Amino acid sequence: MCAVCGCGAAVIAENLHVERPAAGVGVRKQDHNHSHSYARDHHHRGHADGVIDFGNGLAGVHVPGMSQERTISIERDILSKNDAFAHANRTRLQNSGVFALNLVSSPGSGKTSLLVRAIADLKDRWPISVIEGDQQTSRDADRIRATGVQAVQINTGKGCHLDAHMVGHALDHLSLGSGGLLFVENVGNLVCPAAFDLGEAHKVVVLSVTEGEDKPLKYPDMFAAADLMLLNKADLLPHLDFDVSVCLAAAARVNPRIHFLTVSARTGEGLGAFYSWIEDRAAVMASPVSWPE
Amino acid sequence: MHEMSLVESLVELVEDERRKQDFSRVRMIRLRVGALGHAEPEALRFCFDAITNGTIADGARLEIETVPGEGWCHRCRRTVPLVERYAACPVCGIAQVRMTAGDELRLAEMEVE
Repeated sequence: MCAVCGCGAAVIAENLHVERPAAGVGVRKQDHNHSHSYARDHHHRGHADGVIDFGNGLAGVHVPGMSQERTISIERDILSKNDAFAHANRTRLQNSGVFALNLVSSPGSGKTSLLVRAIADLKDRWPISVIEGDQQTSRDADRIRATGVQAVQINTGKGCHLDAHMVGHALDHLSLGSGGLLFVENVGNLVCPAAFDLGEAHKVVVLSVTEGEDKPLKYPDMFAAADLMLLNKADLLPHLDFDVSVCLAAAARVNPRIHFLTVSARTGEGLGAFYSWIEDRAAVMASPVSWPE
Repeated sequence: MHEMSLVESLVELVEDERRKQDFSRVRMIRLRVGALGHAEPEALRFCFDAITNGTIADGARLEIETVPGEGWCHRCRRTVPLVERYAACPVCGIAQVRMTAGDELRLAEMEVE
């Protein structure tokens, strides 16, 4: 009987072959000095070139009943890389004593106008920095710089949101002194930025009264992620059918903890309350115990 | 479509795993995606082939396990199914429910060789 494979029908022929012993197989020359008449369809790998290698898989091992494929359990959050960058940004901002807000909204809600107004009102009280996110152009950063504060423009190209890695690079270009405010104006998009933590203290969602009052229900992720909703363009309310209470009820349904303020970047209505909210939250942030994770 | 960057992040995680656990090919990637989360399974599938092309995950089969929404109802003191974020409890119909499942976006496991 063939000592290699256990076949009992080996035919001793004159064209003898000698197997080179392979590790773990234990074939000695004298055990296997016959030939198989059916070598062509023999199932051992490498038999034809005189090598029997039962461990010729990728891992170099052979376990009966198991292939080289294996299933590995990972259980990692797909956003874990972004979250690690966000954590680094948050630590960096905290160490600099900078209070950061991430402004999110659809395009055209008036984020930049709101910022220009807020900067004009607040720049004597706090050092202010701005990171602007848009697919293209530096128009928004130019508008912000015209107010006299530092601004960095991030162009995302085809990207639909800012991520924490981009913001980390933008922070490199800002001189963050001790204390102050950082406004991050996200790409105008009411869907994608919701999932990406940038390291901010709070997300602030801006909704204008020229949009539908049911937007919080239609785009719940963003309103669920935000801590404050600014209902902007309030000066237009007399000309519209927009029902503020319906909109606020929709936001509260999606996020019972959300705060909301009705404001107008044009007239300044309600902005004092926004500035008070910033002041209160920045004071909370200054206490390490209350730092939001 | 932020699913593009989510799949890019997924490929980075797979590369991380290759450095830790020696393998040369990925046959299958299983994700756990919450029904009430930020990612749309169909959009993930749409991006997957394009983004993984030429990477360690090239040719891998994508399996998506949907995790249904669940929440804890303080009034009923039990876990209840949720069909939308912050919906009322389907049992008592009143209380706000704290979401406990359905927001996942995880790389669960892979078949590699």
